[in-house]
Amino acid sequence: MGDEPVLECRGLRKVFGENTAVDGVGFSIAAGETYGLLGPNGAGKTTTISMVAGILERDAGDVLVEGRVHSPRDGRGKSAIGYIPQELAIYPDLSATENLRFFARLYGLSRARARARTAEVLEVIGLADRAKEPVKQYSGGMKRRLNIGIGLLHEPRLLILDEPTVGVDPQSRNAILESVARLAAEGAAVLYTTHYMEEAERLCDRVGIIDEGRLRAEGTRRELVGLVGENDRVLLTAEGDLAAAAEAAGKLPAVRQAGHGEGRVDLLVESAREVLPAVLDTVTRAGAAVRAVEVREPNLEAVFLHLTGKALRD
Amino acid sequence: MRAVLLIAGNDLRQRLRDKSLLIMAILVPLGLTLVLNLVFGGLENEEIAAFAVADQDNGPVATQFTGRVLGALEREGVVDVRRVRTPEEGRALTEEGAVAASISIPPGFSQAVQAGRPAVIRIVGHVDRPVGVQVARSVVEAFAAELRYVQIAVATAGGPPERVAGEAAQAPAPVRFAEAEAARRQLDIGANMAAGMAVFFLFFTVQFGVTSILDERRDGTLARLVAAPIPRSAILAGKLLSSVVVGTASMAVLLVASGLILGVTWGDPLGVAALVLAGVLAATGVMGVVATFARNAEQAGGQQSVVAVLLGLLGGVFLPVAQLGAALSVVSLATPHRWFLRGLSELADGGGPGRVAVPVLALLAFALVTGAIAMARVGRMLRP
Repeated sequence: MGDEPVLECRGLRKVFGENTAVDGVGFSIAAGETYGLLGPNGAGKTTTISMVAGILERDAGDVLVEGRVHSPRDGRGKSAIGYIPQELAIYPDLSATENLRFFARLYGLSRARARARTAEVLEVIGLADRAKEPVKQYSGGMKRRLNIGIGLLHEPRLLILDEPTVGVDPQSRNAILESVARLAAEGAAVLYTTHYMEEAERLCDRVGIIDEGRLRAEGTRRELVGLVGENDRVLLTAEGDLAAAAEAAGKLPAVRQAGHGEGRVDLLVESAREVLPAVLDTVTRAGAAVRAVEVREPNLEAVFLHLTGKALRD
Repeated sequence: MRAVLLIAGNDLRQRLRDKSLLIMAILVPLGLTLVLNLVFGGLENEEIAAFAVADQDNGPVATQFTGRVLGALEREGVVDVRRVRTPEEGRALTEEGAVAASISIPPGFSQAVQAGRPAVIRIVGHVDRPVGVQVARSVVEAFAAELRYVQIAVATAGGPPERVAGEAAQAPAPVRFAEAEAARRQLDIGANMAAGMAVFFLFFTVQFGVTSILDERRDGTLARLVAAPIPRSAILAGKLLSSVVVGTASMAVLLVASGLILGVTWGDPLGVAALVLAGVLAATGVMGVVATFARNAEQAGGQQSVVAVLLGLLGGVFLPVAQLGAALSVVSLATPHRWFLRGLSELADGGGPGRVAVPVLALLAFALVTGAIAMARVGRMLRP
């Protein structure tokens, strides 16, 4: 991950009539970093990235791409951005090759370079063998892959994905998430909006929680969870003297709470990953045979609930 | 410019795969032209032109009619006169449809006229050729009125009956086509229908240009175009350019095809090209402005169709402007159709490109004004 931010947003604001869609949003993304904007529908995610992508004029604030102020009329800034909209944005009567080549040329690639990149991207998105068919004959997943592929053509330093997995089957969703992770690993800065907590947790190095146009908090997953102050929960499926096992585990310094039920020891700990070896050793010594271990860390859903008083899918 | 060409090229690629464009731009106007020409084409070529005349009198007054009146019209190319020996022969030709009407002058006609007695010229018309029959009746009535004027003049002067023929010969020709010059500058029916259909459907052909911005907004691709490193004006310019290319191509195909199929001669090619290009630009501008008032492509299509039909009606596509009345005739000048048809009429007379300078300038003015309004209003359309 590089130190210099590829994208820096400061005090972004957008008002539609009486409705303030985005109010003072600011964040930055370094090269190789994936930044997630997590919020429910209508939180201001799409408006924010539309301003970043130069699609929407902002009422206030700054967007800097690679240190340069970026505006909707800034061709150079736009060349650095790969924008992948939420809805499919492809020409159904054209083939994948024609779609890709058109957008490659529109982003300033020479004819030869456009041809070469089209071939490369077709391989990456797995459509090389059906590249000549009209897109309208593709399955939904194939269209999604093409939709993403178009954003990759000009090898952007900043990739913006607006909820790319909405309405996508689990297999395609997994492929999309893997593609995004690979792009970030190759050095692209990624801005990813989602209202799926699982995606944000899996994909993003840092997450900004946005609601009603305001950025409520941002940080790594652990930093955000730390804001809530919740502990990890460790569930041990076990046999033997479970009462003794729970009592022994409860005496460990990192264990905040210990209990037991039918075939189960239930512990509340500060950091499950650190304390788990000691817990397992203690309960085994106390006479319990552990069959399975389940760790439940506090998630972003809980953070969102804590910060906004409502669930992500509200 | 590169972005404009790319967007226009992309649009054209998609249009060429859309069969409805071929149907709307070429097949329907050409088909309608052919059908209308079959229905109305004979009206002009045969009914108006062909008469049979049986002169059984051969007297001086009858000769005045067949020689001086009909002969003059024949020389003007307005009528085609077939001289027959008997009224029955003329009637047979009329019944066969070989002529629109037969005119018979009975024996003793000249004598009766000279004596101041009632005299009759009989007209037998074909039932399905009302225009040709009306023309024959008008010619005969005009001659009869002239004879009455001469009879009264001779009777008042107290001259001998023989003077009637002499006076009649001296009197101005009772039937003349004083507007013959203007008549030649009108397109014939086939050409007028072909040109009318071409310019009428041109407005439907070019309507996709700006409207496709609304399509792209619906389909999500507009966001991608706006996010690309190109000026937003290039998007509109590309759309307009693709309309102009398709409109020009369809007009060229229609005019050439109607020339080949119907034998229409359009006149100076340079003048026709200037008119076509100016007409396409005007149509593109008008349809572009209408599209900027719509919220979606469907609404735009509906509004554009209404405007195209109204302008076509007012512009003389379906009815000659002269039949619209004085007020509407003036209003028709506010339509590109009127100027386009007028330009073609000017060229039909055999003039050079200079003859269409005024129509071309008028069409370019339409294009300029509507294009400027479309440019000014298109900003709101380019919000994804």
